[in-house]
Amino acid sequence: MRINCPICGDRDRREFYYLGAADYLNRPAEGDLDGIHKYLHIRENPAGVTKDLWHHESGCSSWLVVERNATTHEIHSVTLASEVAK
Amino acid sequence: MGYNAFQVLKEGLTGNKGWRPVWRDPEPKSDYDVIIIGGGGHGLATAYYLAKNHGITNIAVLERGYIGGGNVGRNTTIVRANYFLPGNSEFYSHSLKLWENMEQELNFNTMHSARGLINLFHTDGQRDAFARRGNMMCNQGDDAILLDRDGVRKHLPYLDFDNHRFPVYGGLYHPRGGTARHDAVAWGYAHAADRLGVDLIQQCEVTGIDVRDGKVQGVETTRGAIRANRVGIVVAGRSSQVAAMAGVDVPIESHILQAFVTEGLKPTVDHVVSFGMGHFYLSQSDKGGLVFGGDLDFYASYAQRGNLPMMEHVMEAGMSLVPALGKAKVLRSWGGIMDMTPDGSFIIDRTKVDGLYMDCGWCYGGFKAVPASGWCMAHLMAEDAPHEVAKKHTFDRFRTGHGLMDEEGTGSQHNLH
Repeated sequence: MRINCPICGDRDRREFYYLGAADYLNRPAEGDLDGIHKYLHIRENPAGVTKDLWHHESGCSSWLVVERNATTHEIHSVTLASEVAK
Repeated sequence: MGYNAFQVLKEGLTGNKGWRPVWRDPEPKSDYDVIIIGGGGHGLATAYYLAKNHGITNIAVLERGYIGGGNVGRNTTIVRANYFLPGNSEFYSHSLKLWENMEQELNFNTMHSARGLINLFHTDGQRDAFARRGNMMCNQGDDAILLDRDGVRKHLPYLDFDNHRFPVYGGLYHPRGGTARHDAVAWGYAHAADRLGVDLIQQCEVTGIDVRDGKVQGVETTRGAIRANRVGIVVAGRSSQVAAMAGVDVPIESHILQAFVTEGLKPTVDHVVSFGMGHFYLSQSDKGGLVFGGDLDFYASYAQRGNLPMMEHVMEAGMSLVPALGKAKVLRSWGGIMDMTPDGSFIIDRTKVDGLYMDCGWCYGGFKAVPASGWCMAHLMAEDAPHEVAKKHTFDRFRTGHGLMDEEGTGSQHNLH
């Protein structure tokens, strides 16, 4: 699998660290315990198109939102997390 | 049909014309007392123990594909009870006891082989951790022997003992651990459940779960609606999709775990061996193939095939431990879909829907759990109360943080197991 980093270009999967679902960008308010439980543990876990967070650890160190298909490993889009979180 | 020496002799002398299919192929009825979704090892064992231990025989097991076609036929066949934490310890101990009597229980040859399992260690710190684990295993009533370097050498002369980075210091030997023929476990439970009257319905995909007023009413399938007021979801690998049909959220992320097998070789590896400094484990099948595997691919996937970086890592780890492995040709590799939970331990629990139960989250260790998982899930569904050895394996532990079973001690978070 190769990921097209918006800054560095097309790179091997080995350069990236996988964090998990892009839901991690939507941090719940402090004190919302049910929200925090869902944020940390509950996953939609689709067997199809999914969005997740990857860190370009051995490259530019950007956090990326990768939209890809979890069944075919096809990558649809790669966006800087800083732009998604705006 | 029962299997015994007399039957084999009789059929051998009469042209093997009397053998009957190992299980029936019934049409689904319109209602049952219990529906089990998923005809894998765990689902079949659940149905068997519901019938055997609890006298509930009006059961349908609904399988989307065919019996033995899922993860129960795609694993590396290891059976062991070397867990550390309360919760896992008693559960896997119970499971190993059921393995040891499985062939008699099911009247089926599952080729269970207690060939012994050795987890190697390569540092002083690891030795201390394994000594402590071994004590926990002995306290649980299971067996563990701490081997020094020479002790390991007697068992495993083919290891690279003097590897500069990862010298072998010793190993934790678990003599009752071993392997079993994975397909035969599915066939054995299917055969035994069928004989007790359970309907095993293959090529029957569940497409919806009927819930009214918070109670389960039955399921929709590709072969029509089937009613039951108790439904068990036992579909590890697809838990998120099936649970979503009933509006149940699960703390699961699916990952791929790869396995590899070489061409058939003469008997070389007599045990199950695991490397302590790279994720790698090895055994030899009765056909002679070296069966080995490593760690997860480490990103959510349902691809059922692995990725090359992890394949490379597994091969490198294998070569570090057993240099002779480099002479063997890898015949095939495959990947299975793992239900990964945040703490790396499984879930057998009720859901928010009355009458709907789940057995899921088996992470990378479901095969060895097959008998106890079925035993405990059957207890939960029959009594509506958790079994003693699985009562800690709830959904709620993630919400409360109490009773997490993080064997690796890495933290209760999805990408850490």
